[in-house]
Amino acid sequence: MARLSAESEELARTIIPRYPRSRSALIPLLHVAQEQDGWVSPEAIAHIAELLDLTPVEVLGTCSFYGMFKLHPVGRYVVGVCTNISCLLLGGEELLAHCEARLGIKAGATTDDGMFTLEDVECIAACTDAPCLQVNYRYFLNLTHEQADALFDDLRAGRRGDEVPEHGTLTRVRQRIASERWSGHGAEGLPVPPGQVR
Amino acid sequence: MADSEQATKETLTVTLDGKEIEAEPGELVIAAAERNGVYIPRFCYHPRMRSVGMCRMCIVEIDSGRGPALQPSCMVPVSEGMTVTTESALTKKAQDGVLEFLLINHPLDCPVCDKGGECPLQDQTLAFGPGESRFVEEKRHFEKPIAISELVYLDRERCVLCDRCTRFAKEVAGDPLISFIDRGNHTQVNTFPDDPFSSYFSGNTVQLCPVGALLARPYRFRARPWDLDQVESTCTSCAFGCRVALQSSANRLVRKLGVDVDPVNWGWLCDKGRFDFEATNSDDRLGGPLVRSRAPGAAGDGAGELAPGTWSEAWDRVVEGIARARLRPGRESIAVLGGARLTNEDAYAWSKLARSVLGTDSVDAQLGDGLPAEVVVGLPRASIDAACGADTVLLLAPDVKEELPVLYLRLRQAVVERGLQVVEVSPVATAMTPYTAVSLRYRPGEAASVVRAVLSGDQATGTDGPADERRRAGELLRAGSLVCVLGRPSLAESAQPVAAAAASVLDALPEVTFLSALRRANVHGALDMGLAPGVLPGRVSLEEGRRWFADAWGSLPSGPGLDAHGILTGAAEGRVACLVLLGADPLADFPDRSLARRALAGAGFVLAVDGFLTASARRADVVLPAAVYGEKGGTTTNLEGRVSRLHQKITPPGTARTDWMIAAELAWRLGGDLGFTSEDEVWDEIERLAPSHHGLTRARLASAEGFDGLLAGGVPEAGDRDAPPTMSQADSPGVLGAMRHTKDDSLATTGMGHDRHPDPQSGSEPAGAPPGLAAAEGAASAGGSGYADGGTPQEVRGDGDAVQASVATETDQGGSDAFRPSGGGADHGSAQRPSPLRWSGGGATAPTPPPLDRYSLRLVSARKLYDDGTLVQRSPSLAPLAPGPRIRLNPGDLSPLGVGTGTKLQVTSGQGRVVLVAVADAGVPQGSALVTFNQPGPGAADLIDSDGAVTEVRIETLGGAGGATS
Ligand code: SF4
Ligand code: SF4
Ligand code: FES
Ligand code: FES
Repeated sequence: MARLSAESEELARTIIPRYPRSRSALIPLLHVAQEQDGWVSPEAIAHIAELLDLTPVEVLGTCSFYGMFKLHPVGRYVVGVCTNISCLLLGGEELLAHCEARLGIKAGATTDDGMFTLEDVECIAACTDAPCLQVNYRYFLNLTHEQADALFDDLRAGRRGDEVPEHGTLTRVRQRIASERWSGHGAEGLPVPPGQVR
Repeated sequence: MADSEQATKETLTVTLDGKEIEAEPGELVIAAAERNGVYIPRFCYHPRMRSVGMCRMCIVEIDSGRGPALQPSCMVPVSEGMTVTTESALTKKAQDGVLEFLLINHPLDCPVCDKGGECPLQDQTLAFGPGESRFVEEKRHFEKPIAISELVYLDRERCVLCDRCTRFAKEVAGDPLISFIDRGNHTQVNTFPDDPFSSYFSGNTVQLCPVGALLARPYRFRARPWDLDQVESTCTSCAFGCRVALQSSANRLVRKLGVDVDPVNWGWLCDKGRFDFEATNSDDRLGGPLVRSRAPGAAGDGAGELAPGTWSEAWDRVVEGIARARLRPGRESIAVLGGARLTNEDAYAWSKLARSVLGTDSVDAQLGDGLPAEVVVGLPRASIDAACGADTVLLLAPDVKEELPVLYLRLRQAVVERGLQVVEVSPVATAMTPYTAVSLRYRPGEAASVVRAVLSGDQATGTDGPADERRRAGELLRAGSLVCVLGRPSLAESAQPVAAAAASVLDALPEVTFLSALRRANVHGALDMGLAPGVLPGRVSLEEGRRWFADAWGSLPSGPGLDAHGILTGAAEGRVACLVLLGADPLADFPDRSLARRALAGAGFVLAVDGFLTASARRADVVLPAAVYGEKGGTTTNLEGRVSRLHQKITPPGTARTDWMIAAELAWRLGGDLGFTSEDEVWDEIERLAPSHHGLTRARLASAEGFDGLLAGGVPEAGDRDAPPTMSQADSPGVLGAMRHTKDDSLATTGMGHDRHPDPQSGSEPAGAPPGLAAAEGAASAGGSGYADGGTPQEVRGDGDAVQASVATETDQGGSDAFRPSGGGADHGSAQRPSPLRWSGGGATAPTPPPLDRYSLRLVSARKLYDDGTLVQRSPSLAPLAPGPRIRLNPGDLSPLGVGTGTKLQVTSGQGRVVLVAVADAGVPQGSALVTFNQPGPGAADLIDSDGAVTEVRIETLGGAGGATS
């Protein structure tokens, strides 16, 4: 719940020079922050603003545009149950109600133990396998209520860690890009002309 | 050739609602239509900002050859043969639909909304919208207005998401502190939590907002638009001279709005200028004279109490005080301090009164916080547009964002948008520093040596900044057209080093022109009107103008008088028998408070003419109430010499009068006669007598041509930007500091139908040029040597016909060009119109600062926008924004003390000792200490020694070093 750690900041500093304009690194850095804390805290926003020479509200403006960046703490597992048309026809609403009952929270809330955040989401493009849900954006398809219960039990017991990483875990921005492929001003250590920063 | 023909084709033909119109390449359809009298409704489009196509209100049918289609006219540039239809059924249906959507979430709380009555959303709904909404669902809700800064409230329910405020904050102000947050139906404008929209320009967003979503604290719930009365005027809160509309309700000023004039403010205002009208309405205003009661037995000086008196009591005391002073010999027995608050007419009247009736040349509109008058008046000038359009600007000035905020906007935009290169030479980092190509620091007192090192490319001299930075700066200065923005970077060092630096620039790069960065309201007008020692109205020196003005005024003092520092020193030593404070508050504004205090105590008789009872006015023997901004008409002059009109909106309180009236009556009571009975007559006399203002007739100022104001003294006008940047004086490189004209100098070609010059020689002047200037030009180009020494006065011609000092009453209302003699018919044809003063830096040497002492720091002192000034402190909305006195130190100087930001430190100089809160600031170089000037409470003025070249201070922690906290 804080600014970027030394490790995250170091990662951020390798990401920034990949872009001709430092601002372009904004979304990748938001991912770094979300990976660190599971959500994007105001302190992290302020820190990212410093790193990119933006104001915090500019970072917030971008961050709040994307539903997948969480501006409040969420559970270790964010469960999104689809209730859009195909799922609705095949029991999506009932699946959501079952999850609410099973987890003891309403959609939008987080369990007291910080394990699960439940969300009611629109079509996640898995209509052919409705009803379905995502856990930290990993798909679980054609789900019966019993399978959902088993899934929650497994997650709670830590039995599916390899399949479903913690909320916020990244793969993409962790790529190492050789510095000769950097395109940004930071590559040559040049100062940024003020007109270009923002 | 075909290529270049294509490239130079100037207009395109477009069919607009069936009519063929001409449009410029690149022009947006919405702008071309507006120019041709067709108004396309819009919310987000603003001609001074980039188009974003947010609101879709401007949708019209556009056919660029592929068939008509609905397109946002603010996003589509014109093209040859394009057809635009703004009134088709399809267009109307689209506009109707856009408005219905915009109103879906709009609360329609017009009856309690400040915008109601002047609201584009109301107006356009009425003109283009549906009568009814089909939306029956719940509208979105937000907490009703939230304060997004100390000055601005935001009602998010009313927002139509046009992106004007946010675009302004980012593109124009460079303070992106508000932004769209969230998405879709939840999108709102907001700040980051705990990071308010504290921009110096926040008020502009209120003016830009097309609905009542953004509201200004000083105006909220004060008036309804249909109750407002307005005049156009010029802002005098600083010397930039933004054009404004001044609005009042029930004889109180309630709002100031920016008016777009191209050469100056582009419609923007700073928040100080926008909101400090509150001071005019304050209860503190003087509505009648105050007279100090005579304490029994005591001869004066502070004894007795200031109490309300009548004007005749006050006059009796003033006349007595002046009469006594007149018995005292010496050039400083009567002195007049101040005048930057005055209009040009006021300043002229006081200048004439001082010279011809009081018999003193010891007058100074600056309070030791500017530059020597001959430097300001006598350097070759640049306009604002010339500075923003130059290749390079040399910034030798205080932080322009703090002192001349809209100049900062213009320069910043020139950097960001057209790549202006800025070279800054300053004692500390400023708000411009991030936008500079090179920013060099100098240690107080060493400005001239740093500038010389840059100019000479000499790597060995100079003390600060890596050598290659200096080399790059030198290259930039020589790279093309150059304008030097010249001000007083720090009040804690004397003006000499800066003047010497300017002289070196002029010497090394004779094509350079200068834009003054003095901040005080009408200081340039006051200097132009001769409120400075040795300077007479029209930018002429006392000696050069002696004959001309003696003829017109009757008499002149025999030699130059003293400047503010000299006057105050004289007063402190008891040699000033009568000190007049013309809206001057030396206790607050003179850099050396101890000297100001001693001066007020030591002066024999003190007369203050002011709108407010300032700290200094409290020490006066008589205080006369003056009308202030908004209560008087006349003209004012901005930092580029642009004369523009002021207008009266409300009546002054009680019996307060304008300063020129006070001068005229005082003259009369002293047995003289200034010879004018109205502001207009004063202006006519200025226009006739002041060489730099010759030709700036009232008629021209009031005409369409004068709408933006007119440049005095033959500075190239806007629009000459395309002229060769080095002007057309290539044939006279030896003419140091001569006024430079372009051939198509608008002053010379407009409104100057026939020659008004009484001089028999006038026939030989270039046709139409202002005579005095033309004479100078003629002399320069004829021999190439007329002023080669930088200021040989022109020979005084004429046979010395006496001319009475009084001026005939106005006979020709229209500002006719017929020459009217002053006085009872005597022709003023005896003396030649004097030519303007030129300053080439002759004799400008910087005093050598004392050797560095490793225990002390050099003091730098500069202002913040919100300070302890008379107007800010009497504006309830602005007063709390003054940040308070701080001492800013390089972390390298602060950490050895074992303390950090927020710690109180004891700061001691030869003048005094104050306790200040420390702030670590990497923008302050090691070895210097920045103390903000004129903040509430003790501060820089208690430390600065105005006799010294620089001020050294020692810093100690409280409790340490003996804990001497006196
Ligand atoms: S913004 Fe305009 S339309 Fe909206 S409530 Fe205010 S006056 Fe009415
Ligand atoms: S607050 Fe006003 S200016 Fe800003 S986006 Fe909303 S409607 Fe536009
Ligand atoms: S409707 Fe549920 S995945 Fe498409
Ligand atoms: S004015 Fe064109 S889209 Fe808003």
